[in-house]
Amino acid sequence: MPSLSYIAALNQALRDEMARDERVCIFGEDVCLGLTGITKGLAEAHGTGRVVDTPLSEQAFTSLATGAAIAGQRPVVEFQIPSLLYLVFEQIANQAHKFSLMTGGQASVPVTYLVPGSGSRSGMAGQHSDHPYSLLAHVGVKTAVPATPSDAYGLLLSAIREPDPVAVFAPTLLMGTSEEIDGDLDAVPLGSARTHREGTDVTVVAVGHLVPVALQVAADLADEASVEVIDPRTVYPVDWETLGKSISRTGRLVVIDDSNRMCGFGAEIAATAAEEFGLAVPPKRVSRPDGAVIPYALNLDHALLPDALELTEAIRAVLRR
Amino acid sequence: MRLIREFEEHCLEMAVTGTIVGGIHPYIGQEAVAVGVSAHLRKDDVITSTHRGHGHVLAKGADPKRALAELYGASTGLNRGRGGSMHAADVGLGIYGANGIVGAGAPIAVGAAWAARRQGRDQQVAVAYFGDGALSQGVVLEAFNLAALWSLPVLFVCENNGYAISLPVDRGLAGDPVRRAAGFGLTAAAVDGMDVEAVAEAAGRAVAACRAGRGPHFLECATYRFRGHHTVEHLMGINYRDEAEVASWTARDPLARQRARLAPAVADEVDAEIAALIAEAVAFAGSSPGSDPRDALDYLYAGMVPTRPGA
Ligand SMILES: Cc1ncc(C[n+]2csc(CCOP(=O)(O)OP(=O)(O)O)c2C)c(N)n1
Ligand SMILES: [Mg+2]
Repeated sequence: MPSLSYIAALNQALRDEMARDERVCIFGEDVCLGLTGITKGLAEAHGTGRVVDTPLSEQAFTSLATGAAIAGQRPVVEFQIPSLLYLVFEQIANQAHKFSLMTGGQASVPVTYLVPGSGSRSGMAGQHSDHPYSLLAHVGVKTAVPATPSDAYGLLLSAIREPDPVAVFAPTLLMGTSEEIDGDLDAVPLGSARTHREGTDVTVVAVGHLVPVALQVAADLADEASVEVIDPRTVYPVDWETLGKSISRTGRLVVIDDSNRMCGFGAEIAATAAEEFGLAVPPKRVSRPDGAVIPYALNLDHALLPDALELTEAIRAVLRR
Repeated sequence: MRLIREFEEHCLEMAVTGTIVGGIHPYIGQEAVAVGVSAHLRKDDVITSTHRGHGHVLAKGADPKRALAELYGASTGLNRGRGGSMHAADVGLGIYGANGIVGAGAPIAVGAAWAARRQGRDQQVAVAYFGDGALSQGVVLEAFNLAALWSLPVLFVCENNGYAISLPVDRGLAGDPVRRAAGFGLTAAAVDGMDVEAVAEAAGRAVAACRAGRGPHFLECATYRFRGHHTVEHLMGINYRDEAEVASWTARDPLARQRARLAPAVADEVDAEIAALIAEAVAFAGSSPGSDPRDALDYLYAGMVPTRPGA
């Protein structure tokens, strides 16, 4: 079985879509070189007319992509740092995302925002360690956080093909991972969760790099409890059907996600489960603390991130009740 | 120009009666800019506009009936009542919308120009309208740089009406707009924005050069808004411009200037035609239905997402 790395999967998705669809083009900093690895070789294959190194003008090139998209292109915009999304929140949340409704359906904005290296970069400190996918979900921008190379391929493919803006976050901690692939890679629909492990006692909803963590914990707890692990794959839209079925069945929920606690993705899952899915006991969240700023020193960095130990404790806590 | 003027006069009334909600940013006084520039634009050329956008949208060819219906919030409006004054758009006519955020349209126009060149439509140009206030927005300066760097067919039209709300331009802007634009590598010029023929001549040169592949251009149009920044100013009794200054500019009304160049019979004919168009628009907008509140989130996405209600 061939092995596929996470970065190679994203690269392959871009390669395939660029070959399939002439309208796909790439904007970003150092994308011709392929600094993040994701766009490597694409400029050589498709020319610097389609893979465009931009100056350090995130706000302009994000809206440039909007204009190009309305004019018929399918731009992919790569950001070097997740927190650059704060710089372009206006251009994404207030411009691209709103065009369709504001024009009464005249314009659609098929842009993909690619955010590699999201979450802690272990030692990169405050301004390079955020994982702001909940913000985009809150605004209503379709947002994927793929947990495996094959999902990374499939979700990026769907993102590019979607007629609306879509953000794809590639967590730092997954970018070095690989997966054995049997069979063909395929598109993964936005809004379709993946049940990684079936179980009957508790549902664990895990996002991004915390999916493998949740799977490890579930395996470690196998003698104690039967843990179902679900990856929503897109944090907006959410596959409520799959989540609802599982949570209604187990009656117990733990959400682990790498957002700040206040108004984070986990809060939404817990609230909806409490309102609609007939929880037997109160749910638990494992997240970053409220308003977390990731400190530099590694022990401090790690202290604020959700991890296996916290998840194990949360699972045990909901099972005890 | 007469169409824009009469359209705006009607809107001012309707903003008072409440038929138009949210008020408007009247374009009255600045008509020569939109009309002079649009004289050289074709249907497939793209424009991005501003909060003060009615003139740009009408001059680019939007149907006054549907433009007015939009302001009335009607389902027959340009944006089906979802955009209103600050987002009026007709994408099929290359009107990528008025915009509620100062300077936001500039990079979008650069993107449209980039796409046009990429798609081999190298006769197409994109025009970005913005005010003097937008020259202090970083994203506009970023857009200048990208357009110049990639030699894109963009005409940046700066309508310098002397104020960003209450802030006079000499207290908001260091240096000179034309020299600033030239510093980015744009071919830049200034023109009397109160004279439609002067604007048309300058814009004609710039648009032709853009079409010929000679890179982005910048045109500063010295103009003045005869009314308040927004209709709410009048209601609030705000005033920050002295009467003599206002009078000196209204004396240079671009409509009066152009009328003097026409045979009186021709001018009268234009006026009559416009009066009929406005009457037709008013009747159309007034008799147009609104939308069902249950459809308030229609068009949120081009692809589907089942949105959950708030309660
Ligand atoms: C980025 C941004 N800042 C502030 C505002 C609020 N605002 C709306 S119009 C305006 C003044 C704009 O002045 P100018 O660009 O000269 O255009 P004008 O109103 O004179 O046509 C301001 C401050 C805004 N809409 N967007
Ligand atoms: Mg101004």
